[in-house]
Parts: sequence; C-alpha cells; structure tokens
Amino acid sequence: MNKRHYIRNSSQDLRLFRWFSAKQCALPTPKMTENGLGHREKVLNMNTMNPNVKRVEYAVRGPIVQRAVQIEKELKEGVKKPFSEVIKANIGDAHAMGQKPITFFRQVVALCAYPDLLEDNKFPDDAKNRARRILQSCGGGSLGAYSASTGIEVIRQDVARYIEKRDGGIPSNPDNIYLSTGASDAIVTMLKLLTSGEGKTRSGVMISIPQYPLYSAALAELAAVQISYYLDEDKCWGLDVSELRRAVEAAREHCKPRALCIINPGNPTGQVQSRQCIEDVIRFAAEERLFLMADEVYQDNVYAEGCQFHSFKKVLFEMGPEYSNTVELASFHSTSKCYMGECGFRGGYMEVINMDPQVKLQLTKLVSVRLCPPIPGQVLLDLVVNPPRPDEPSYATFIKERTANLEILAEKAKLTEQIFNTVSGIRCNPVQGAMYTFPRLTLPEKAIAAAKEKGQAPDMFYCMKLLEETGICLVPGSGFGQRDGTHHFRMTILPATEKLKIVLENIRAFHKRFTEEFS
Amino acid sequence: MGGTGRRVCFARQVGFPICRDDITWRTSSCLVQSIRFKTQGPVEQYGLKRYSTAEATVVTRENIKMREKTLTMETLNPQVKAVEYAVRGPIVLKAGEIERGLQQGQKHPFTEVIKANIGDAHAMGQKPITFLRQVVALCSFPELLESPSFPEDAKVRAGRILQGCGGQSLGSYSASQGVDCIRRDIAAYIKQRDKGVPADWDNVYLTTGASDGIVSILKMLVSGQGLSRCGVMIPIPQYPLYSAAIAEMDAVQINYYLDEDHCWALDINELHRAYLAAKEHCHPRVICIINPGNPTGQVQSKKCIEEVLHFAFEENLFVMADEVYQDNVYSTDCQFHSFKKVLYEMGPEYFNTVELASFHSTSKGYSGECGFRGGYMEVLNLDPEVKAQLVKLLSVRLCPPVSGQAAMDVIVNPPLPHEPSYPQFHESTILGALAEKARMTEHILNAVPGIKCNPVQGAMYAFPSIFIPPRAVEEALGMPPDMLYCLRLLEDTGICIVPGSGFGQREGTHHFRMTILPSMEKLKVLLEKLRDFHIKFLKKYSSLEELER
Repeated sequence: MNKRHYIRNSSQDLRLFRWFSAKQCALPTPKMTENGLGHREKVLNMNTMNPNVKRVEYAVRGPIVQRAVQIEKELKEGVKKPFSEVIKANIGDAHAMGQKPITFFRQVVALCAYPDLLEDNKFPDDAKNRARRILQSCGGGSLGAYSASTGIEVIRQDVARYIEKRDGGIPSNPDNIYLSTGASDAIVTMLKLLTSGEGKTRSGVMISIPQYPLYSAALAELAAVQISYYLDEDKCWGLDVSELRRAVEAAREHCKPRALCIINPGNPTGQVQSRQCIEDVIRFAAEERLFLMADEVYQDNVYAEGCQFHSFKKVLFEMGPEYSNTVELASFHSTSKCYMGECGFRGGYMEVINMDPQVKLQLTKLVSVRLCPPIPGQVLLDLVVNPPRPDEPSYATFIKERTANLEILAEKAKLTEQIFNTVSGIRCNPVQGAMYTFPRLTLPEKAIAAAKEKGQAPDMFYCMKLLEETGICLVPGSGFGQRDGTHHFRMTILPATEKLKIVLENIRAFHKRFTEEFS
Repeated sequence: MGGTGRRVCFARQVGFPICRDDITWRTSSCLVQSIRFKTQGPVEQYGLKRYSTAEATVVTRENIKMREKTLTMETLNPQVKAVEYAVRGPIVLKAGEIERGLQQGQKHPFTEVIKANIGDAHAMGQKPITFLRQVVALCSFPELLESPSFPEDAKVRAGRILQGCGGQSLGSYSASQGVDCIRRDIAAYIKQRDKGVPADWDNVYLTTGASDGIVSILKMLVSGQGLSRCGVMIPIPQYPLYSAAIAEMDAVQINYYLDEDHCWALDINELHRAYLAAKEHCHPRVICIINPGNPTGQVQSKKCIEEVLHFAFEENLFVMADEVYQDNVYSTDCQFHSFKKVLYEMGPEYFNTVELASFHSTSKGYSGECGFRGGYMEVLNLDPEVKAQLVKLLSVRLCPPVSGQAAMDVIVNPPLPHEPSYPQFHESTILGALAEKARMTEHILNAVPGIKCNPVQGAMYAFPSIFIPPRAVEEALGMPPDMLYCLRLLEDTGICIVPGSGFGQREGTHHFRMTILPSMEKLKVLLEKLRDFHIKFLKKYSSLEELER
C-alpha cells in the first residue's frame, strides 16, 4: 500500500497531513479535478504553488487545532467522547477563556462606533471625552474613514507619551511610532524590510529556540535564513550571550546575519529577561551590527517575585549615547495580551529607533499599500496607553478590573508550575511572565517509536492522544523548536482557575496512563 | 548640463521644500526618485539611478558622523524599494504637509485641502449606516443589549455574532478564515445575489479589507524562476495595489490595456496580445479584473465577462475578480454581473474547472466603512490541498479584525422588510446621490477644453484624460507630466488628486483620478476650481494657436 493510498483512506489524517511542510509532504499531485473531469491540471496546485508558502508552518493553529475544531463539531452532533467539551489551551486568547473585557475600553469603542451614545447619560464622562477626542482626529469624525497609514496622529502621540512614562522619561518621538494590525503585522513588515541578498549574502535572522512560530513562518515565507540560538532550559530558559556568539559564527558561513529577535517576556517559555542580560544582548548586537527586534507584547505580564520587565529601549538609552545613537531597534506591543487580552481587535504598534530616515520613508510607503490598520484596534490601543487617570470617574473600576485580571494570572502561573512539577516525567520551569507554560516531557522509548511509525514528532503524537482522550488542546513543543531529543508542549495558563485545575489534573492522569501504556 | 542639477531645480519649482532642512530635503528627493513607471518604459529613462539614492546617502554620511546602519537604502529589500503606491504617494504626502501648514497659519491661495485622492466616503462627510453602527456598538459593549434605545433587529444581529465569538467577545481571536456564522451569512448573500448559484461557506474567507485577500491569493500563486516566473495580467490603468504586490513578490507584471475610446472596455484581442507577448519571458498564470473598474469606472458587460472567462479557461489562467464596487453601478444601461454567476451560466465544463477568487469589502458600496478593514473572498475550484495551505498561511496572522467581520456581516445581512430598522435603512439615499455626482462630474469635466472624461458607469472615480501642452511636458523634465499637473493643482487650489501615471496609462497620454465622493456642493466647487485651473494651466503653457486647435 503506498503512502498516498493510505492517506486517501482517512479523511481525518488527510486533513492533518496537509498541514505538514513540503519536506514532509512531497507527494505527486493528482491530475484530476474534484468532479472527476480529469483532463486538466489546476493552475494552482501543490507543485505550482509558491514554494515559500509551502515551507511555512504555524503550529499554534496547526493540525492539533484543526482536529480540536473537528472534535467540537462531532460533540455537537452527538458523537460520544470520554469528555464533554474541548478546552483550547493552545493559544493566548484570554476572552475565549472567559476573561471579561475592561469596561471602560469597551464603552469608548461603543461610543466611537455609534456616536449617538454620546447623548446617553449611562456612559461616564471620561469615556465620552476619550471617544470625542478620538473621533475628532478621524476623517469626517468617523471610525469608518481610513487613517494615515502609520495610524491616527493623536494615538501615535499618546503611544509616545506612554512609552516615555514607562521608561522613566526617556524621550519617545511620535514619528517613530507605527500602529499595526496586531504585533504580528509589524514584525512581518520589519522582517520584510530586512530581507535581501542571495546565497551567502542572504539575510540571516537570529531567533530563539524555542520561539513563537510567527518568526519561523515569516522567515520561511520571505526565504530568509533562520539562525537558531538556544535558550537554556536548565537556567530557567535564560539567554546566554556565548550561545548567541556561537550561533552567529556558525551562520556566517552560509548567510549574512542582519537581525536579532528577542521575545521578552518569553513566548512560549515564560522567562523574564534580567537587565544585565538585556545589556549583554544590546552590546552583542552593537558589536555584530545586528538590527534588534524586541517583541515585548507581554510586558505587563510579569508574575514572579524578583522579576521585572525592562524595555530594550530603556536599557539601550541607559547604556549611553554610544549605544543609544547607533543600535537600530524596533520594539513591538499589542492590545492582545497583558490585562486586556483584546486579540480580536488586532491593535498594536511598533517603535523604531535609529532607523535610517530614507528607510523610514520606504517603511511608510510599504505600509501605505495596505491603507491603514483597523481603526477600532487603533482606538483600543489608545485606551491601553491612555487609561483612566486617578481623577477620572472610571478610574476605580478600571484599576479593580486590571488588578484582578493580573492577580488571577499570577496565581494561575504559580498553580500550573506547582502541579506540573509533582508529575513524574514532567518538569516545568517557573512561569515568570507571559501566558504559557512550556514543560519538558520524558516520553518512553516505545512511545517515541510509535510516533515515528506514524510519521509524527513524539510530542505531536502525545498531544494528539491527549486531545482524543481528554479534549484538551495543546501545542507540541516541536512546533516552537526545541533541542534535539527533548519533548515539550505549550499550554496557556488562561483557563479560569477552576477549569485550569481540572485541566492540570487531567493532564497529570493522562501522562501517567500514557507512560504506563508505552512502558 | 547636469541632469541631476536640473532635476533638483525642478523639485524647487514644483514646491518640494528642499531648503527647510536636510531631512525634508532627503524626504522629497527620495519621494521623487521612487516614482517609477513600469508601464512607461525602462527605469533609467526616468533617472532613478542618477536621481537620488546615491546622492542622498552622501548627505546622510556627511551629516551624521556615525557608523553605517544595518538597514540602509543599499541593504533594504530591493523588492520593497520597487513597490509604489500612488494613491498615498508623493502628492498625498505633500497635501498632508500643506494641511499642517494651513493649521499653523501658513498662507495659501485656499483655506482647505480637499482630498479627492482616495475612495474614503466617511472622510468626505458620508454618514455611516445607523443599523451597522448600532450592531457594532452592541457587539463592542454588550450591556447595551439591555438598552431600550436600540432596535430589536440590531440586538438580534449582535447577539448572533457574539454567539459566534469565543467567550462571546469581539476580543477573542476568530478562526483564521473568519467567524463561522458570518461565513455562512456571506455564502447565503452570494447565493441570493447570483440568483441561486450555489455558494459553499467553506469557500468563503474573511479578510482584512479586500487588499489582504488579493495579496494572499497572489502570494500563493507566485513561483518559478526566469522564464517560468509567474506572470500576472493586470489592466492598465489599474489600481496600484496590484502593481505594488507584484513588485513586492517579484512576479512579472503583464499589462493589458483598457480601451479608452470605448469607455475603457476590455478587448479580448488585447488580452491575447498581452498574453502572447508575455509568454516569451514568463509563465502567465493569473488574470486580474477590476469590475466595476478602478480607476476607470467602467462596468463590464456580461458578454465581455464571458469572453474573459473563456480566455482564462483556454489559456489555463487563475482568475482574480476584484468586485469591491459591485454595488456602485450608476448608469441605467449598465448592470453588475458577478464573474461567478457568469461562469455558472457558461455550463459545468467551465464552472467546475476555472479557478476563481472574487473579492469584496466593507469599504465601498453604500456603507463606505473603510476604517473597519472588513472584507471577504470566495474561492472556486481551488485544489483542496492548496486550500489547506491557504488556511495555514492565513493562520499565521491569526485572524482578520473581528469588528470588521461584524461590519461585513451586517452588509451581507441587512434589515429585512419586516424588521423595525428596515424603513430607515431603506431610505438611505447614498447610492442615488453617488449616481448624480457621477453624472455631474462627467458633464462638467467634458465641458472643459482639453479634458475628456468617459462616463462614470460605476465605482467611485473619474479618470479623465487631460491635454498637457508640450512646453509643460518639457518643464516636467522626466517627471511624469501629469504629476507636475497635479502638484500645481494642489498648490493653486488645495485639491489633491492622483496623477494617471500612478495607475498606468498608454504612453503619451495623461490622466488623473479623482473621487466623486465629496458632497454635491463641495464637488461642484471642486470641479469648477479644477476647470479654472486647467484653463489657466493651458494658457500658461500653450501658444494661442494650440489652444484654438
């Protein structure tokens, strides 16, 4: 029985199979159309498709998640399962996990969307003032007009002021702020600018392993060279500059290293970088003339005592003009994480430092082709950077909601680490920040062999089995990258505490069963 | 005579602020040099190489005594450099600059800048559809579902959308293809629009505006090297998103020219010509059609669509139908026909084979909700494995903005006759007013000597041809003459329009694109100012004999 035949036999496997990258999926394309006319090949088929697209992989919404959606449908149709609901712990989607939106934010969005509400006395004055101010800076006073491609001017100003305040007064220029469609949009745009050259001069981009797979996906799509540097799991996923040096030296043989991406707090690894470490990284980037990309979307998600978020920009400026006038830096933020978790609005911004003025114009030109980031997302971002002030009527509620969200997250981070570390065969670093735990799994040899037989990564095999048996949807560590021979999964800590406890218990029980089954 | 010197001199003449400070100087010259016209011949002809990249870099190095940056014009992705987007290009940037100047009290011969460069209805004063905004407000702040001041039908719509959202919040990610129930609504809408032609919601993908869908499909299609590099057929004049995306992906742009003398009609012979010529140096794989036309405003006849589809079938081309102006048809003798419906009517041999993607958006039509960045695409006959790859590709960006998806839902699922919001929704006079403005624009422009304007049958723009006297062409010195024209117009009158060269045009012809969106009163004033300017411009650059001819 050939491989193709086998796949055709199982629609479920087929669907999953299609997700794998080209190297795993080098199959002949059938010269048959769906309806069986059979005489012509499609214009767009797996052989003619953009090969860079084929190489793209994005595990966070990969085959496991596809299967989870399918199982959800089966449950709705009454199919019997050993569980009653699918719990999607694959993605940092706070509202989907039941977190409530910040009232003030949504009031302002509603006021902007439907300005008749400005006459409604149920809305507080501070919300109305914010809405009026934003609408005044929209074309025709409407959310429905395009904004400038870099974003609404007053919002860019608010963002700059927010950054200044965050960084203890280090100046921020609104001209350096570009609003974006979520942070992903800006990250991809920056990588696009940085990609050039052919062969040995092709741009190389350093990314952490484990990484958030947006990076590897964007690099694959751009056909840039991925340079992996490994975080040190034994030191709480710490970043070691000697490892950066090793990676860059090795890469120089076959590409031109030009950018260094850092995710702090870490995704999927949850570590919070120390100030010293950031300084070392900046010094390294300066020496190697690397463009620094700092993904700081989890900057408000720091839980561990003794840990503190330090922005790359602040550290850069504290290192003196030798650095602050030269090192090129882009840092990214988003409305999707932190205490507000407004993923669906696709709001975000980046700040660029020391960017060549001509390149900046090219950047503006490039983003103008897509016209502008969604305005409701820009509005939400404005509220994040300009929340109610102590003298305003919405302040008390706002602080209460924000504190509650962050406190619960901190509690869940601790709970997750504690429970996992009681399971033999699971080892979990402290979740210092962000929204995920990335524990290491010890898998029996037999399970690894069984996975191999199925053509799956061992942790994919594990997660798939977990999903089928418990309804819990996680992402295998192989989707983020990990040291050879190690296995992990990523799980969000976002489910409500009660539910999270059940999830953790179920994983513990599953892990025990799994280990026994394959021993 | 040094060409460079004269060009800088020109920059001064046309009013780029070359002396104010270094940065603006570099800004301006960089803008000028980035204007490049594939449709009009080789790059060197317009002095790209001489004109400025190198020069400006020297300035940078002199002024800032520091090490070389990592990301410079030399190391920048060359495909990004090649991208151009005139709709927000140098004229528009200059308009922004003048606007700021006015606010700071600078003197100009006008009191406000009128931006007729972009189809941005709300910015031009069009009011949003009440029902749409009520639904979005309800979704954003669900406590309003208890408010008596919102109609029941709006609440029902909002409740249904929220049911489809994770945790019943607009703040959660949706599936990468969009919210399920909205995809179903779109499929139902398409089926109804196409008089029963089946539409499968599994073929519907929500997008971040139509642009996002167009770029995604092009990205899937671009492959090959050298002679096998993917060629994409686009109309000239075109909406510059296409040329920009093709440049960014380093695909081959294949121009087919619309026939200005026949109301910008698409001639099938011209498609054949363009296709055969391109086959020599690339692999033509896609044909893009914009119907109703942008910037040209024509509405394609059913017969013409049939011919295009037959051509695509014969030559094995993927069809991309940009139908974002489908509700904007004004001429009484024109009607919008969707590519999909026509394909269906051509019989199963076509309907089951031709690969088609069609695009729609919240930004145009009667709603004009550009800022929400809502849109969708429907794909037909896409290879199932490729479809999975498309979903994978879209999933990297997580999902289109959910509020834009909600707006899209309202557009495809408006109030029904028995619902409370129906009367107010139905009363909307937006499309009627647009039709009137389309006619008025055509009439006034055609009364001006040296301007010829085809009927604005649909979409939101007039794209008249303008006569530019040889002396003005000479003065433009390699800059496209219609760019000079538009700059002068901006400086004299505050009217911001886009030169035809930004869309592509037959060599030796000159055009501009302007929207018909300003309010009737403002549009009248705008057209009169434009007329006066044009006559003045002709007088300045023509001898009397030329004028009388």
